[in-house]
Order: sequence, then C-alpha cells, then structure tokens
Amino acid sequence: MQTKSTKSLYLVPYYAWIALFVIAPIALVTYYSFFDINGHFTIENYKNFFTSVYLTLTISSFWYAFLITLFSLIIAYPTAYWLTKTKHKQLWLLLIIIPSWINLLLKTYAFIGIFGLYGPINAFLNVFGIGGKQILFTDFSFIFVSVYIFIPFMILPIFNALDKLNPSFIDASRDLGASSWATFTKVIFPLTINGVKAGIQAVFIPSLSLFMITRLIAGNKVITLGTAIEQQFLVTQNWGMGSTIAVFLIIFMVIIMIITGQRDKGATSHGKNK
Amino acid sequence: MEKISKSAKLYLALVFIVLYAPILYLIFYSFNSGDAMNNFESFTWEHYADVFSDTRLIMILINTVIVALLSALLATIIGVFGSIGIVYMRNKSIRNSILSLNNVLIVSPDVVIGASFLILFTMVGVKLGFASVLMSHIAFSIPIVVLMVLPKLQEMNSSLIDAAADLGATRRDIFTRVIIPFIKPGIFAGFFMALTYSLDDFAVTFFVTGNGFSTLSVEIYSMARTGVTLTINALSGIIFFVTLILVVGYYFISQRGKNPAGMGGRK
Repeated sequence: MQTKSTKSLYLVPYYAWIALFVIAPIALVTYYSFFDINGHFTIENYKNFFTSVYLTLTISSFWYAFLITLFSLIIAYPTAYWLTKTKHKQLWLLLIIIPSWINLLLKTYAFIGIFGLYGPINAFLNVFGIGGKQILFTDFSFIFVSVYIFIPFMILPIFNALDKLNPSFIDASRDLGASSWATFTKVIFPLTINGVKAGIQAVFIPSLSLFMITRLIAGNKVITLGTAIEQQFLVTQNWGMGSTIAVFLIIFMVIIMIITGQRDKGATSHGKNK
Repeated sequence: MEKISKSAKLYLALVFIVLYAPILYLIFYSFNSGDAMNNFESFTWEHYADVFSDTRLIMILINTVIVALLSALLATIIGVFGSIGIVYMRNKSIRNSILSLNNVLIVSPDVVIGASFLILFTMVGVKLGFASVLMSHIAFSIPIVVLMVLPKLQEMNSSLIDAAADLGATRRDIFTRVIIPFIKPGIFAGFFMALTYSLDDFAVTFFVTGNGFSTLSVEIYSMARTGVTLTINALSGIIFFVTLILVVGYYFISQRGKNPAGMGGRK
C-alpha cells in the first residue's frame, strides 16, 4: 500500500532521532566507561567506583536527594490540596508555574544575594538579636534552594491527581463516620498516590544529578553524582570515569523508575502546562 | 465543597511569597544605583540601559532565543510526525518499546544527557558550538512534544478520518484539514513546553557548548561564580516581564484552543 510507505517516510526523522540521540548516547557512555584516561581498555573504573570515595559520594548523593524529595513532598502536598479547593484554581496553578518559567540560574543567583552575609535573612536575624550567620554554603541553603527549584514539579502531578479525585469518595467516607484524618490517610492519599509517585520521580532523579546548585549555593561542600560527572568530564577530562558514574546513575534511575512503578502516562510533563 | 480555612489560605500565601521572593528580590535591586544586592541607595534605570548597550549580552540573549525557537519548531515537526507514526503502529510490543525509548530522555538526569551528547558529538566530529547546542535542544524536546501530542491523537475518533476519506479527501487533505486542526492544542502545548525546556536548560548546554558559543544560563553560571553586576538583575527584570506576557499569551491561546477542538467534535 502506498499509504504505508509514505507514512514510514515521515517517521524517518523520528527513528533517526531515537537511534542517534537515545540509543547511541547510552551505548557510547557504556563503551567509554571501559576506558581509562589514556584510552586503554580497563575495568579499573568500575573497581574505582566501589572504593570508599565514590561510595561515600553515592550515599551522600542519595541522602541529599532523599531529603530534597521529602521536604518537597511535605510542602507540596498541602499546597496542591488547598489549591484544588480554591476558586479559580487553574489561575492559581498558573501562578505556581510562572516562577518555574524564570531561568533556573537567575533564581539560584538571587539566593546568593538573599542568603548572603549582608542579605535580608541575615538582616532579619540581626533585628531579632540572633546575629549574622553564615547561611550560604551550608547544607541548609543547598536543600532549601533545591526544594525551591523543584517544588512546582512536585505540586503539579499531585494537583492533577487531586483534581481528578471524585469528591463523592470523600463524601462517602465522611458519611460513614471517618474523621478528616482517616479520610485523608485512608481515602485521599491512596487515591492520589500516582501523582505523588510522579512527583517523586520528577524530583528525586534530578536531585541526584544536581551540579550547578552545589557549586553556587553549597560552595562545593556538597558533592553529588552530578557534580562528580561534571568534574570528570569537563575538569579532569577523564571521560572514562565520568562515563562509569553516568552508567551507575542510569542504573539507579532505572531502579527508581521500577520502584515508583508505571506512572500515569506522562503525568510529570503533562502537569507543567495544565 | 468545603470552604478553605484561614490557616490554609495563610499557608498558600506563604508558599506564593517564597516562590516569588527571589524573583522580586532580583528585580528590586535592578533599580539600585549602588553596585551590589544590598543597601538600596537610590532609584535608577541605569542598569536597564546597560543591558541594551552591552552588545555581548544582547548577542547571548539573541542566541538563546534563536536556539529556543528553532529547536522548539524542529522538535515539534519531528515529534508530530513521530506521534502520528506511533498512533498508527499496529504491533503493540514495538509500539511500547518505541514509547519507552521516547521517554528515556525525559527521565534521564541532565548531566547524563549532556555528558553522553558530548561524547556523541566528539565521536561524530560535530564542532561544539551553535550546531551542537541546537541539536541537543531538539533532541531533548522531541519526547516532550510526542507526550503532548499523543493523547490528542488517541482522543481522535478514527471515523473522522474514514468520513473524510469517504467524502473524497486526499491523504494530504486528511492530514492538513482533519488531523492537524484536531491535535492543534497538543501541538501548541508541545511547542511551548519545548520552548520552556530550551530556555531553561543549563546542564545539557553547559556540556556541549564549547568555547565560542554561550546561552544565557551558561553565561549567568560563569558570571555568578566570578561576581556579577546588577546588569543581570535588570536582565532578569526584563525576562520576568517577557515571560509574564508569554504565559498570559499562552494561557489565552490554550483557552481559545479548547473551543475549536470541541466544535470540531460536534461538527
């Protein structure tokens, strides 16, 4: 059939894209992970990864990503919940999204000023007699700024899940005498778990690979897997080791995807402009 | 539906304040005649004038916008054809594997995408600069476009196409007069998402940018490490308002986009 062959002609660029920019990069990263800095074939990189340096790095990376995800969830869930209860909820949601349209670097840069020694937070602390504190370049500032950056991505899928929730379930639960807390834990939360999972995916994986916030806000004190990859690729020029870390990051990513399960089709990205 | 309580309102207000605080903070100090982000001295437009007289910065800004528009456009075209292909795919398991491959770049960490593209471009011999940045942006935008267009295509009733064919429409007519108008909201959404991703991207660009070429994110990153002037604040003020206009524009387009689609269904 003529239709069929023309149809597949339209698909050529798309398939070329999959081959070149999806499959080839993963293959190349895996391939490079077996070479040392001088271009010799080796599995040294993998042995290296399991040394204390990289293991500590991985564990701390996971710990920070966990904290960032946890705080994002704690802040985002009530926000999303109450947003669905407002009048003009779509408009309010849009207002939540707008800050995420502002360049990431600009927002991060603003925090350098806000948390700075002469910034408003320290001025505020001074007024209350607590005195100036070094806020920038601490774990606190790192986690705060990361949560700030990721929070819209956590709010959106949860908002969408809550928005789809049939209100008669809640009424039914109330009618059957459940307290608000029981309604929340037994009805609302389980029914919106897919939104939560999508949110966790959207936050946890990028948190593992943050590198510009660690440099600008955490002053190189926090090192994540992302920082390590950037370091190996662009500073040390040791692409082999960088690739090895990337391979592990990909493996972790796959594991997280499996744990958080099949997500609502594209819930994360759909949310962004709804 | 229950009314939301005072404390809930307060909580939401607090979230909004925190979300907007850094942006307003930047804009506030863009009017400072002093030279740092503390001690507001007096009001001035000076930094805004600086933005427009800084040709290097303007060039970077233009680069950023060109890359964003071009990559979003090309990604949209490839993505739309891709999703049409996926929808009409008969074999379910092939379709599912294509879909999973489609999502790889969405869930991959930026750093991994950047590093693997750097290897790819170096291997193939693409010079790092405009071309490599543009290609990367197209590459990571395509799956987003597909994800936005696909649901629209799945919503579409195939009898629409049969009807058009029965009435003597050519394949070209079916494509331009039936399919495209129906999935238009999805195409717009995909285009705008791609635009956002491109404008906002830092990590991938940082890896594949080379020496001569720079986008705004990369430039701010290098400036923020060495010390920045309030020109950047003025620039963020401008960007904020342009973004606001874009968002409002997008909001109205998507609102308007809803009606024709609904009408198309009824016709």
